[in-house]
Amino acid sequence: MHPAFSVIFLTTLIGAGQGLFLALYSGEWFVHSRSGLPYSGEFYVRGSALSMGLLIAGLFASFFHLGRPERAWRSAAQWKTSWLSREVIVLPIVIVLVALYGTAHYFASTPDIAPPHIRREGTLWIGGATTAAVLALFLCTGMIYACIRFLQEWATPLTVFNYTLLGSASGFTLATALAQQYAAELTRYYGMWAVVVTLVALAMRTASLIRNTRIRRKSSLQTATGVKHQRITQRSQGLMGGSFNTREFFPGASPTRFQQLMWSFLVLVFPVPILLIIAGLFTEMAGFFAAAFLAQYLGLLAERWFFFAQANHPQNLYYQTMG
Amino acid sequence: MTAYIPESQSETGVTEVKNTTCYMCACRCGIRVTLRDGEVRFIQGNPQHPLNKGVICAKGASGIMKQYSPARLTRPLLRKPGSERGDAEFEPISWDQAFNILEERLYRIRDTDPKQFALFTGRDQMQALTGMFAKQFGTPNYAAHGGFCSVNMAAGMIYTFGGSFWEFGGPDLERARLFIMIGTAEDHHSNPLKIAISQFKRDGGRFISINPVRTGYSAIADEWVPIKPGTDGALLLALINELIKQGLYDREFLIQYTNAAELVNLREGNEYGMFVRTEVPEEEGCFDPQNKLWWDRITNRAVLTHNKGADPRLMGEFELDADTPVKPAFQLLAERVKDYTPEWAAHVTGVPTETIRRIAHEMGVVARDQKIELPIPWTDVWDNEHETITGNPVAFHAMRGLAAHSNGFHSIRALSLLMTLLGTIDRPGGFRHKAPFPRPIPPCAKTGTGPESVRPNTPLGDLPLGWPAEPDDLFVDDDGEPVRIDKAFSWEYPLSVHGLMHNVITNAWRGDPYRIDTLMIFMANMAWNSTMNTERVREMLNDKNEDGEYKIPFIAVCDAFQSEMVAFADLVLPDTTYLERHDVMSMLDRPISEYDGPVDSVRIPVVPPTGECKPFQEVLIELGSRLKLPAFVSKDGSRKYRDYPDFIVNYETEPGSGIGFLAGWRGKGGEKFMRGEPNPNQWQMYEKNNCVYHYPLPKSYQYMRNWNKGYLEWAQRHRLIRFAEPINVHLYSEVLQQFRLAAQGKTEYRQPPERLRKRIATYFDPLPFYFDPLESQQTDKDKYPLKAITQRPMAMYHSWDSQNAWLRQIHAHNYLYMSPEVGTKGGFDDGDWVWVESMWGRVRCMCRFSEAVEPGTVWTWNAIGKASGAWNLEAAANESCKGFLLNHLISEELPPGTDGDHLSNSDPVTGQAAWYDVHVRVYKAEAGAQKTHPQFKTVHPLPGMKATPKSWLAFFAGRRR
Amino acid sequence: MTQLALVIDLNVCVGCHACVTSCKEWNTSGVAGYLSDDRPYGEDPTGTFFNRVQTFEVGEYPHCETVHFPKSCLHCEDPPCVPVCPTGASYKRPEDGIVLVDYDKCIGCKYCSWACPYGVREIDTHQKVMKKCTLCIDRIYDEALPESERKPACVLACPTSARLFGDIHDPDADVSVAIREEGGYALMPEWGTKPANHYLPRRKTRIRIHEDELVRADNPLKKEHERPVGPVREQTLDDVTSW
Ligand SMILES: Nc1nc2c(c(=O)[nH]1)N[C@H]1C(S)=C(S)[C@@H](COP(=O)(O)OP(=O)(O)OC[C@H]3O[C@@H](n4cnc5c(=O)[nH]c(N)nc54)[C@H](O)[C@@H]3O)O[C@H]1N2
Ligand SMILES: Nc1nc2c(c(=O)[nH]1)N[C@H]1C(S)=C(S)[C@@H](COP(=O)(O)OP(=O)(O)OC[C@H]3O[C@@H](n4cnc5c(=O)[nH]c(N)nc54)[C@H](O)[C@@H]3O)O[C@H]1N2
Ligand code: SF4
Ligand code: SF4
Ligand code: SF4
Ligand code: SF4
Ligand code: SF4
Ligand SMILES: [Mo]
Repeated sequence: MHPAFSVIFLTTLIGAGQGLFLALYSGEWFVHSRSGLPYSGEFYVRGSALSMGLLIAGLFASFFHLGRPERAWRSAAQWKTSWLSREVIVLPIVIVLVALYGTAHYFASTPDIAPPHIRREGTLWIGGATTAAVLALFLCTGMIYACIRFLQEWATPLTVFNYTLLGSASGFTLATALAQQYAAELTRYYGMWAVVVTLVALAMRTASLIRNTRIRRKSSLQTATGVKHQRITQRSQGLMGGSFNTREFFPGASPTRFQQLMWSFLVLVFPVPILLIIAGLFTEMAGFFAAAFLAQYLGLLAERWFFFAQANHPQNLYYQTMG
Repeated sequence: MTAYIPESQSETGVTEVKNTTCYMCACRCGIRVTLRDGEVRFIQGNPQHPLNKGVICAKGASGIMKQYSPARLTRPLLRKPGSERGDAEFEPISWDQAFNILEERLYRIRDTDPKQFALFTGRDQMQALTGMFAKQFGTPNYAAHGGFCSVNMAAGMIYTFGGSFWEFGGPDLERARLFIMIGTAEDHHSNPLKIAISQFKRDGGRFISINPVRTGYSAIADEWVPIKPGTDGALLLALINELIKQGLYDREFLIQYTNAAELVNLREGNEYGMFVRTEVPEEEGCFDPQNKLWWDRITNRAVLTHNKGADPRLMGEFELDADTPVKPAFQLLAERVKDYTPEWAAHVTGVPTETIRRIAHEMGVVARDQKIELPIPWTDVWDNEHETITGNPVAFHAMRGLAAHSNGFHSIRALSLLMTLLGTIDRPGGFRHKAPFPRPIPPCAKTGTGPESVRPNTPLGDLPLGWPAEPDDLFVDDDGEPVRIDKAFSWEYPLSVHGLMHNVITNAWRGDPYRIDTLMIFMANMAWNSTMNTERVREMLNDKNEDGEYKIPFIAVCDAFQSEMVAFADLVLPDTTYLERHDVMSMLDRPISEYDGPVDSVRIPVVPPTGECKPFQEVLIELGSRLKLPAFVSKDGSRKYRDYPDFIVNYETEPGSGIGFLAGWRGKGGEKFMRGEPNPNQWQMYEKNNCVYHYPLPKSYQYMRNWNKGYLEWAQRHRLIRFAEPINVHLYSEVLQQFRLAAQGKTEYRQPPERLRKRIATYFDPLPFYFDPLESQQTDKDKYPLKAITQRPMAMYHSWDSQNAWLRQIHAHNYLYMSPEVGTKGGFDDGDWVWVESMWGRVRCMCRFSEAVEPGTVWTWNAIGKASGAWNLEAAANESCKGFLLNHLISEELPPGTDGDHLSNSDPVTGQAAWYDVHVRVYKAEAGAQKTHPQFKTVHPLPGMKATPKSWLAFFAGRRR
Repeated sequence: MTQLALVIDLNVCVGCHACVTSCKEWNTSGVAGYLSDDRPYGEDPTGTFFNRVQTFEVGEYPHCETVHFPKSCLHCEDPPCVPVCPTGASYKRPEDGIVLVDYDKCIGCKYCSWACPYGVREIDTHQKVMKKCTLCIDRIYDEALPESERKPACVLACPTSARLFGDIHDPDADVSVAIREEGGYALMPEWGTKPANHYLPRRKTRIRIHEDELVRADNPLKKEHERPVGPVREQTLDDVTSW
């Protein structure tokens, strides 16, 4: 598939936004469950704002994917059948919930408004609902790809797990950086979890890479044309200047470019941030976590490019040779 | 688009539907044009049209993009003083200025030496008018594209059985059971052939295609027989060998309807190889007198042919008298093919021996055992009554794969003989004629015979093109040298019945046989795809004498588009498109006749002319009137015809009853056909009848027309032929033998110049024989091991569709296709840039590997490559950057040799351009190659042309969305 | 229930592209239009088409087949492109099974094209909505047209009648007979999309010739050979032996 930048940004940005929220909420529980740790309201407020910002940026990027963005509202219509429609519905819900969550924390951390314990439980309730929505959003986003059964690289639960884990990893990394600023007591917690989630994501992503090298193509030139013969080659695709079908479904990159991008994401998404986080945790110097997030996000852009580019659409069987 | 309301009801625009005839190619299908608010909305096949029965092709359906193409010329243009030809620097002028320039020039030429004016036309369909103009002007220097196209096909068959494939006849696939197609990619009969082949296949017929390449029609053949280019003659002769060996020939047919049983005189002397004739009073005419002999098996002596009760021998050797040994022509054929065994042919053609044998057996057995008997009584010219029409259902079709080789004439003769042996001439399931064919062998039309035929201010007494029957018919001077600029009808190419357009520029440039003053080109892209040796010819067009005058002083080009040729014009005449003009597909030229009878058709404008475009027909009539050519003016010298439609209706070959341009609705009220007085409403009657006139002959006249008394008399009555005489198949060609005898110095006839004696004696063989194509004979085959050919893509017509926004998306550029073996040997890969080189030059292009090509052959689609900027394409267009033209590798002349220095690269009999004889080698191009070679200086849009929509285009008829 | 479809006969398709341009021509000015073209006279011209004809080579020289292969939307009976469409712009008409795109609803997200394994949907770069074969719905129901012309433009155009049009659910329709009797098949059956359009495979006709047919009693060669005339003068068995 031809990686579209709008979709790369959409999925990585909302992934980070969703991950960040999950990090915030898990941090809140962590704090909640350990008396003794201070409650840094500002951290959640700023964190939620950032998460929301990422989600909205993602939403914004998604418009660039549409030919007719002015009609985007129509895309909520088919929630019964279309994961895309579902995503379109869930994404704003998530945004609203994250906003609510942030607002709740804002109120919670503003002493004159309500007694602290009541307000605190409110944020947990809202956070719980938001978590459900975030997970649903991960499911929707992942399923948009995973449900297209003939894109065999995508048609696996791993796609949903990867979206969830990679989003979470970047979210936790971002949360670490944020915590260092606004909730130093959570830095170590986030740092460790960022490492753990990144490692799990690595396992999952590696699993999908391995899986994808082993795919047995269901479609072949034989099934595509119905001609039963070992040796079929396309002589002409019927057009010479290209068409939508030669642009949309082909990565448009050389095999070396492919390898480069695979390795760059494998390095940037996993070991680099992990090392930077560990370095940050040990040195407690500013900048490491932010660098870790930046590296990981960059890596995720490459990962998403690769995710699209690697998917081999069976329609490509019909568009191989100019002649 | 919430609801799909049928558009024709919901549209507010005004919709009109008009019928006319397509001209996106020479097939001439009937089309129905739907207009919305005056803009072309849709062009579909006319279901009522006999030719295409409602279907249309890729080109026809893209007519909109031709009509509104930005490459269209819209104003007359004059080359800017001081600019060079080829630079395409023009200034617009008025039509009046254009006519004044031409009138002044042509008047002077006609007044002094009319042959200084040469008129050559390309893929047009109005040879009746252009030929007549030339004749009236008095110049012999006229021809259409036939010489570089397929004259071998016309001549090879017409000199054998009085008809041909191409536009003159074809295979009866409705009844055939076995169909063999040789060397055909798309053909002129595009849609009808496709309709017929698919119906044939559906009906369970067996289809064999003989072709070095498997594309298009060959793709759906039941069997593909790949063959080495230029070797079909060998295959066909081997098939004949096997048929004779097995006795798989139609003896009855050969005896009754051909000269197979006629006795050939083998006494040394000036009658050697001629048929023995008895003293039957000879009639005036150009046909075969019925005065030859058979050797009767029953009485064991010579008898007059068609002697009732006689049963002649086809084989054997007899003595007429002590010193006159004779043999039936068939015996000579059997001797001729004796060594052309399948084993031998396998070696030459690459087709396995078993395949050759098997195909011969299939043909022979199907022809013999699946006989068709139609309950149609008919009478032959010898007054034998027949209860039925019989047919042997083996049909053939062949085109330029046979024709476009210098040995094509003899290959096609061999094919004609094969068809004759199988008894398939104008019979159901075999070959069928289309009116006005069959013609006598050869047809009666003749050219002048010497320089005295060309006189100032005088029309030619004869026709500019004709059919020589003997050396005395040649158009040569006392030294035997050519009178025509293209050297047609000279000893170099005696039977060049369609001229040699491909040598005109070179000859005129060299001044051999002489210089001319004005060259007028109509609808031919002679600076590109219809010329051989293109790069050099472009230089010749631009070459000057020492005095600074162009070697070809004046070139006028009539084109509808900014073709490569336009750049080399001094004067450009913008033509209309087919949707804007009147046209006739006339019985005087090549009508669209069907097997069942004559059909002609017309074009009627469906939209007004664009800009100042003017039909070339109108140009000719205006010029004819201004120059006072007799046919175009009344006795008092005043203009006779208002315009072209008026001319078509009122022109009469003989007052009152002549055949005219149109056969239908003649006579005052349209009650007559073929001939009759002018009918002022003729156009309207055509218009009402789908622009077609179709006269289905009575069933009993539809077959065996060479010998069908009823038909021949009908044809004579309607002036299709002069004599109602049998047209027997020339299995053995006396016409050729007469040229040979002259070359051997045995006859009184005109003699060839010494240098050509051997050539004539060799190639004017009365029986077909196989020889390596002329260029091959002179090529180092170790150096150039491959043959390079082109073929037509179905979705492009020659060079003229690259301006079509839809069609060019299908063929934007071309590749050189070849067997992967060639790449393995040359160390390059599929898609790589390669050089393809012949002894004449080299071209850089991209290659594609293909399994569907004979490994010794490389090929490409014809005329996809374009010169930079031509056709109003951008300089970066694929056509000029990635597309290439194979013509740069093909020479218009042979290497100097014993027969002369400037012989055309053509068939020595007919002058047919040998496009497919070139040998090449292919090797990897230097790294980093990005563009084809050669490249030419980019030409810029001409005055009057629409600017190209650079970025995008969305056609929506009638209104813009 | 009706399911309209095309049945394409690869046995006769010669790859002429008539169906390609006649489709473009009809539809560019029809309800599904326009169909824009980019760089129409420049480098790498490209545009929207509903139907393309491709060519495949099968086997190796000399046992090689060239297969011309036209392809447009197959109007799947279980079209994966429909449920994924978030706006409902892509839909399958219950009354005749035609799969359509409603240009007024389409947001040009391209998702349906990802969900079509056959590569037959094309987004128009200028109208920015998804387009595809409509089975010429504005012809086939147009009562202003004569009955015989209420067929898709490509079907009317095809010179080899390689394109049949009809209701594949009607067992008596030409299309159903052809599928049944000529071995009609669907593309990429592995995805369960149940394409309504079907393809008919190549069929070969052969001739078998028996040796006897080459000999035959009425072989004309027999007429050319002399029959032995009169008594034989050379020795015969009678001269050398008796019984
Ligand atoms: N290598 C190679 N070369 C070949 C061949 C081959 O097989 N291989 N084939 C040869 C054969 S058979 C032929 S017939 C020739 C054809 O060669 P040409 O006769 O040169 O044919 P076209 O390229 O069609 O060019 C004809 C010209 O007619 C113009 N034209 C189109 N429509 C109209 C119109 O309505 N009015 C006017 N006035 N002009 C119009 C076009 O713009 C174009 O410039 O090519 C020959 N060249
Ligand atoms: N679409 C379209 N139709 C056209 C034209 C066009 O340009 N485009 N041009 C028109 C014109 S002017 C003409 S003359 C006709 C020509 O009609 P065709 O004769 O069908 O045209 P060519 O493309 O010359 O096809 C020649 C075929 O012969 C094969 N061939 C070449 N050499 C040999 C050989 O030695 N032996 C055998 N057996 N086969 C050989 C080639 O592979 C090719 O398939 O088409 C007419 N129709
Ligand atoms: S075959 Fe030729 S005449 Fe017929 S529709 Fe096509 S372009 Fe027109
Ligand atoms: S129009 Fe018919 S023969 Fe031509 S490509 Fe299309 S399906 Fe094949
Ligand atoms: S062919 Fe593709 S676009 Fe057409 S219905 Fe099937 S899945 Fe949808
Ligand atoms: S591009 Fe249009 S039709 Fe396709 S899924 Fe998106 S909205 Fe639906
Ligand atoms: S049915 Fe109509 S829209 Fe579909 S491919 Fe044929 S012509 Fe095009
Ligand atoms: Mo031609």
